[in-house]
Amino acid sequence: MMASRPRTLYEKIWDAHVVARPDGPASDDTCLLYIDRHLVHEVTSPQAFEALRLAGRTVRRPDLTLAVPDHNLPTTARLAPDGARLPIDDPQSAAQLAALERNAPSFGIRYIDAVAPEQGIVHVVGPEQGFSLPGATIVCGDSHTAAHGGVGALAFGIGTSEVEHVLATQTLQLRRSKTMEIRVEGELGPGVTPKDLILHIIGVIGTGGGTGHVIEYRGSVFENMSVEGRLTVCNMSIEGGARAGLIAPDDTVFSYLKGRPYAPQGEAWDRAVEWWRSLRTDKGAVFDKSVVIDAADVEPTVSWGTSPEDVVAVGGSVPAPGSFADPSKQAAARKSLDYMGLEPGTPIADVRIENVFIGSCTNSRIEDLRAAAEVLRGRTKAANVRWAIAVPGSGLVKRQAEEEGLDKVFTDAGFEWREPGCSACLAMNPDKVPPGERCASTSNRNFVGRQGPGARTHLMSPAMAAAAAVTGRIADVRQL
Amino acid sequence: MRAVSTIHGRAIPLGLKNVDTDVIIPAHWLKTVSREGLGKGAFETIRQAPGNPFDVEDFAGAPILIAGDNFGCGSSREHAAWAMLDMGLTAVIAPSFSDIFSGNAFKNGILAVELAQEQVDRLLEVAQTHPITIDLENQIVTTPFQDRFAFDVDPFRKRCLLEGLDEIGLTLASTDAITHHEAGRAQDLPWLDRPLAVSR
Ligand code: SF4
Repeated sequence: MMASRPRTLYEKIWDAHVVARPDGPASDDTCLLYIDRHLVHEVTSPQAFEALRLAGRTVRRPDLTLAVPDHNLPTTARLAPDGARLPIDDPQSAAQLAALERNAPSFGIRYIDAVAPEQGIVHVVGPEQGFSLPGATIVCGDSHTAAHGGVGALAFGIGTSEVEHVLATQTLQLRRSKTMEIRVEGELGPGVTPKDLILHIIGVIGTGGGTGHVIEYRGSVFENMSVEGRLTVCNMSIEGGARAGLIAPDDTVFSYLKGRPYAPQGEAWDRAVEWWRSLRTDKGAVFDKSVVIDAADVEPTVSWGTSPEDVVAVGGSVPAPGSFADPSKQAAARKSLDYMGLEPGTPIADVRIENVFIGSCTNSRIEDLRAAAEVLRGRTKAANVRWAIAVPGSGLVKRQAEEEGLDKVFTDAGFEWREPGCSACLAMNPDKVPPGERCASTSNRNFVGRQGPGARTHLMSPAMAAAAAVTGRIADVRQL
Repeated sequence: MRAVSTIHGRAIPLGLKNVDTDVIIPAHWLKTVSREGLGKGAFETIRQAPGNPFDVEDFAGAPILIAGDNFGCGSSREHAAWAMLDMGLTAVIAPSFSDIFSGNAFKNGILAVELAQEQVDRLLEVAQTHPITIDLENQIVTTPFQDRFAFDVDPFRKRCLLEGLDEIGLTLASTDAITHHEAGRAQDLPWLDRPLAVSR
């Protein structure tokens, strides 16, 4: 019955994973959904493992689970010249990391340790290892799990109780989401990147625009986009309020995945590709919500406020709170401007910055580092830029970048070249932006205090962050 | 999980929109391996401002929080729910919630009640001076002034909350169905069942 009506990509993946429906096949009530891949990191897992232990429960499918530390780990050198592991200064971070290092093997889970060449941000590692596959259900105790939708997976963040639930049962009790399509046709202009596109989209739909929905990104812009770009777009679905975002898998995805360590091989690969090709929204399938965006309208985009919907094209100005129709948005804008230390009407390109962060699960893959390095090559950071760091998303990205000589471009430009991790994306490890200072950041959240108490974040693409580094202010990369 | 049925008491009239999880509990509080003691860090940045509603004496120990649209947006950190619980909150009323937050809240016995903006506005007004009652069984929020606002709740979540059920225990009762699903999957989608690097 379900198969007879046209279905969206999301509905196809959902239906293929329903273990049990409480009240018959058409029920929209809570279902038991099977989870194919579970990624675990140090911050949201200790309480889950502890609860399992207390209840005398085991991990049902350790073979479908992969653990890797990223959030707390300092991005400075991890090994002394003699090869010994360097200690972690912050005792609480050290305790959390030690807990994962202990919990993973004791529950039989494969663990990528802090000094392994594959270590990195969990959302970079998953696709890179071929652990994240099209049509799979993927969860992690981190909201940016949405990123894995870039390979055509149904991927979403979960809380710690759900982490525990997945560990114990390999399932989740879930209610089906509504469906939303975001269609972007045309071509992105020169200097306009997937990050600009997703910031623009969030500006259009608002941070609540996708609440209760799973977004499918459709249209020629996504069909022509690299896997890296798709991961960037899907990553920030959560900033648009959606728990997940995904793009139908195609040959671009298949060639990206082929040969990766966890990806299928031989006959299994052929069978997989055959199934993956069926993962497309049927003609005539209906979305609960639909948004159409013209690619030609997207400019390099940066954030001015403390919500990811507070965005403006680089040629624009800081808005006046009165320009918003909604009174509560006016109040929020006033608070944002106060926190950000910005005056309405200031051209955004006049805003000086003191810090630059190139990294995070949104923009730390090889393509991102290449884009930033292209702008930085032969240039150096401006005198007023106090701190600039480039943090590769994984050890493998780092190695690739070094083979291409990108590390040299960054360091010549005055950047620090770091070990992989979440770094200055969130103020949990030593990489923080000081109070009152501004940061041009390629991460995904500009919340109050996100990069450190009092820190002021401007979200943008890697190329734009590089342009900010060399000019010392927010700058249009197309004019460099 | 603790059973929840009726919640009655003062409600903190926060009213803010887009209260994100970094506001509910900043990241530096997340380096804990326990669920306890996070109340001290709850709403830290808001509480730094003089005259904030959390520090009004009438609201000390209030079990209910009233907020604006999109409450709990941002990260998946369940620490947000733990911190609220630790400060004594057992219900939040707002026009909408982030999906992950409402799941986390429910799993910790915090009731997330969605009401229309006008109804939330009315409750914000009442909360200044009077208590509010949330009746989960009958799915209704009432005030001492004859306000009666019905709300929706997923039947599964309602049952878990009313009976204080352990969700994992419930799911484990379906182990046969899970095993059956796994067998079908190993047949039809074997590459999902056996990730390659593991079997090497
Ligand atoms: S890089 Fe930032 S957003 Fe991504 S997983 Fe790490 S902390 Fe979360």
